Amino acid sequence: MPARARPTSPHLEIYRWQIGNSLSILHRLTGIALALGLPALAYWLVSLAGGEQSYAAAAKVFAGPGGLVILVGWTFAFLYHLLNGIRHLFWDVGFGFERTQRHASGWFAVLGALGLTLGVWASLWHFARL
Amino acid sequence: MSLRSPLGKVLGMGSAKDGTGHWWAQRVSAVALIPLTLWFMFSLLALPALDYATVRAWLSFPWSGFLAVLLVAVLTYHSYLGTTEVIEDYVHSAGMKLLSLLLLRFLYVLVGGASIFAILRVAFGS
Repeated sequence: MPARARPTSPHLEIYRWQIGNSLSILHRLTGIALALGLPALAYWLVSLAGGEQSYAAAAKVFAGPGGLVILVGWTFAFLYHLLNGIRHLFWDVGFGFERTQRHASGWFAVLGALGLTLGVWASLWHFARL
Repeated sequence: MSLRSPLGKVLGMGSAKDGTGHWWAQRVSAVALIPLTLWFMFSLLALPALDYATVRAWLSFPWSGFLAVLLVAVLTYHSYLGTTEVIEDYVHSAGMKLLSLLLLRFLYVLVGGASIFAILRVAFGS
């Protein structure tokens, strides 16, 4: 260690928090959350292959209060990652880089994912398919 | 004057020796996942119930089983590419990086393999 602190170049914390970086971080976080959902999907499929009893045991886990909260979270994570992923694909082919377009598509991804999450669970609730 | 060798220029692989391979694979699998995940979500929402008999009957249809296998395979691959990138970004020591990447790869093959085998069991009724 030097005797006194050396000057360092500014890092991430000097930047103002805004929608662009927030959504980018949220994209990675939802991706990690969805990766954790893969074992759950595998568990559900294996329980289905195992027969009626193992499926009922899995359904009990998923339909419990903790299970439902996590499933709603995964629904939002999936829908956000899908919409924001499409936003990224548009950028990859060169569209939507203007400031207003970036902000509009960002809000569309967040609010769209929230709305669709509500829609999916309202439909599950309404038709009592749980 | 460029410092790059003529061979390096032609191959265009950069210092990581991988070029755009990882990036491109992530985009291609992302595009494939748009129809596959939407199919899965709307299929489940369209079922009259999510009980054992209904779900099993649905997954027993050849088309459902086929698309479910494709979904799990591409989903596992895409997720593997993404979490690999996260580890490469945040795990800095060489030993831990190698170990966690190795463990991650084994886990993905395990989870993806178990899912696909389960779908095949339902599809072929064993």
